[in-house]
Amino acid sequence: MTLNEVPVGKSVQVEKINCQGALKRRIMDMGITKGVKIYVRKIAPFGDPMELTVRGYELSIRKADAANILVADVAGSSC
Amino acid sequence: MGYSIALAGNPNCGKTTLFNSLTGSKQYVGNWPGVTVEKKSGDIKGTDDELVDLPGIYSLSPYSLDEVVARDYLLNGHPDTIIDIVDATNIERNLYLTTQLTELGIPVVIALNMMDLFEKSGDKLDIKKLEVLTGCPVVPVSALKNSNVDALIRVALDAAKTGGFKPLFHYSGLLQKTIDKVGALLLRDGIITENASWFAIKVMERDGRVLKKLDIPNETMGHIESITQDLERRLDDDSESIITDARYQFVTDIVDKAVIKAPDSMTMSDKIDRIVTNRWLALPIFALIMWGVYYVAVSTVGSYATTWITDVFFGQIVSGNLTAWMEAHGTAEWLISLVNDGIIGGVGSVLGFVPQIMILFCFISFLEDCGYMARVAFIMDRLFRRFGLSGKSFIPMLIGTGCSVPAIMSSRTIEDIEDRRMTIMLTPFIPCSAKLPIFAMIAGAFFPTQTWVAPSMYFVGIGMVILSGIILKKFPFFAGVPAPFVMELPKYHMPSFRSIALHVWDRSKAFIIKAGTVIFIGCTIIWFLENLNWQMAFVEPAESILASIGGFIAPLFLPLGFGNWQSTVAVLSGILAKENVVATFGILYGVADATENTGAVASQISQLFTPVGAYAFMVFNLLASPCVASIATMYRELGGWKWTLRAIGFQTGMAYLMAFLVNQIGSALFYDQGTVTAVVIAVVLAALLLWLLISDYHGGKTNLTYKETDL
Repeated sequence: MTLNEVPVGKSVQVEKINCQGALKRRIMDMGITKGVKIYVRKIAPFGDPMELTVRGYELSIRKADAANILVADVAGSSC
Repeated sequence: MGYSIALAGNPNCGKTTLFNSLTGSKQYVGNWPGVTVEKKSGDIKGTDDELVDLPGIYSLSPYSLDEVVARDYLLNGHPDTIIDIVDATNIERNLYLTTQLTELGIPVVIALNMMDLFEKSGDKLDIKKLEVLTGCPVVPVSALKNSNVDALIRVALDAAKTGGFKPLFHYSGLLQKTIDKVGALLLRDGIITENASWFAIKVMERDGRVLKKLDIPNETMGHIESITQDLERRLDDDSESIITDARYQFVTDIVDKAVIKAPDSMTMSDKIDRIVTNRWLALPIFALIMWGVYYVAVSTVGSYATTWITDVFFGQIVSGNLTAWMEAHGTAEWLISLVNDGIIGGVGSVLGFVPQIMILFCFISFLEDCGYMARVAFIMDRLFRRFGLSGKSFIPMLIGTGCSVPAIMSSRTIEDIEDRRMTIMLTPFIPCSAKLPIFAMIAGAFFPTQTWVAPSMYFVGIGMVILSGIILKKFPFFAGVPAPFVMELPKYHMPSFRSIALHVWDRSKAFIIKAGTVIFIGCTIIWFLENLNWQMAFVEPAESILASIGGFIAPLFLPLGFGNWQSTVAVLSGILAKENVVATFGILYGVADATENTGAVASQISQLFTPVGAYAFMVFNLLASPCVASIATMYRELGGWKWTLRAIGFQTGMAYLMAFLVNQIGSALFYDQGTVTAVVIAVVLAALLLWLLISDYHGGKTNLTYKETDL
């Protein structure tokens, strides 16, 4: 599944980042790299963007951008 | 001349506060990612060594303006040492930047900030181990409490004296081998002489700026490209991601060894955020805060202070005493009028906004410093993105209902340059308090029973912001590079009084000086135009240069329904200050105090327009070029005439277009007048607007191209 589909309150693990160029670099620069754990903290009142906890800090990202991030359950089983 | 030291670090790591402690100079402190855009420097306390404050950055990628500014300075400015501020409470992401800084061949000293907060959370950090693992001296400091800053200066200067630096940072086997190979190639062919691994990495990342600078011959480049592609094939990713991944792996490794994490617990910041950005409470809380800011700054305290300064201080005390003094000394009557009506009237009414600005910036800098502004963007982004703006555009628009000047200034909190430009261009569409008397006068004269007319201006203004936002995004100026909205939500914290005071003072001073000088000249010029004729003799306003210019320009406004010289002069005088539009009618019809006594003027002006023409007149005044104070502020915030003129041109063009549509279509509908040609033109223009609004045209570019930044 992709990050934008993860329900609030769930933790996932990053498998792959599908976009290219500046967006990919920006996402990775902020610490979203392969294998990192992401906790989906909340969704903004209007339904977008989403707030994540990554590497111990809070990050907000638009769902459209989060759709490029492939994630799996923390246990490791892909879905 | 002493050493030159660069201060680098992530946004929100306390960098600007530390800069203040190290130099003692005045500086702006914010909590918004990327607040420090310009390069700032100062002498380190008690030495002649220079400290350069770099923009707050997360990385040295070529994609953000701030990052390009920072790395250009680090590479070409040849600082002797880099002080890298690392926020201990956010150590992983902060050390990621450290891995890039240490590659530049410049000694790096780590200033470990916010250790007190870090220890409060129960986590433990082994500083000695961190020094060994990073290869950099580590000095724990507290920027806020100003502790251990002297030790940091000492260590940094020692590092500068010693010079030279070998990072301990190594990548895993295959990647490091590839980097070494590429570096050796670059050295062998004489393309570079130093910093081999940094250049090798940049070339492998295909960093456009570096490739352009190095100008590598085709043969070498082909060789490097095949080596890089081999690596990419084997690791199944692009080189840039492979390297970013490796850096974070290195950092994770350091943190695993040097930091002992306490079990997670709710911090104060988490608790605040749970309420403030709560799904149901977020919007009510937001509305309450905005209402509070607006209520205090614009409608109550600020407005009393402004009225007092304009009417009592400048109107009675300064003007009264000065007039008495000038009369006693036999000053010519025209000069008294110039000083009173021209300069004090104009400059005074602008300086009257200073208390509003100060109160407003007190609130804004508090909200910014404490971390709430980032949440505003988070909450409002979805709504504003629909019409091409960002979540951060809300605040300027709200403040714009009071005055465009502080509104335009508050747009600084928007980090993306295109969003900021667009916000600055569109904010003046919101009816400011000075435009209200125009609507009151016209509505009173032409629409005494239709109470919806005056408030409808707010809807026209908001509608135009939305319409323009959607349309402008389709032009190449704005369609180019949408910034990815990947934004840190910094931890809440209590800002220091000092940083807020500095911020408010900086903004107010800039307003008084910059806007003041332009207004002073503008007022003087307009006063002369209004009181002199072409023979340079003093005359009544009706025979003045301004009136003759008005008469000359008037035909231009004929299609809009107000092609007479009186309204033309009123519109022109509105450029000085929008209050003047009503005041000008007062002068022209000899009604004193026209702003308050609108009835007498109303009966006169009802001869000038048809009701439709009068509505068009309101629309034109609402949207056209703002007053000189706003123009001066736009000039300052847009950084030059190019964008200022574009903005004024766009605003006035839109005003003309809208007033034209109102008058032509309105006249045809209600009075059965107007030529067929004009109506056809109006309908075609309206259709064109509609087409621009709904079409998928994106200025020849697709909407989702992120590219390297143009500096």
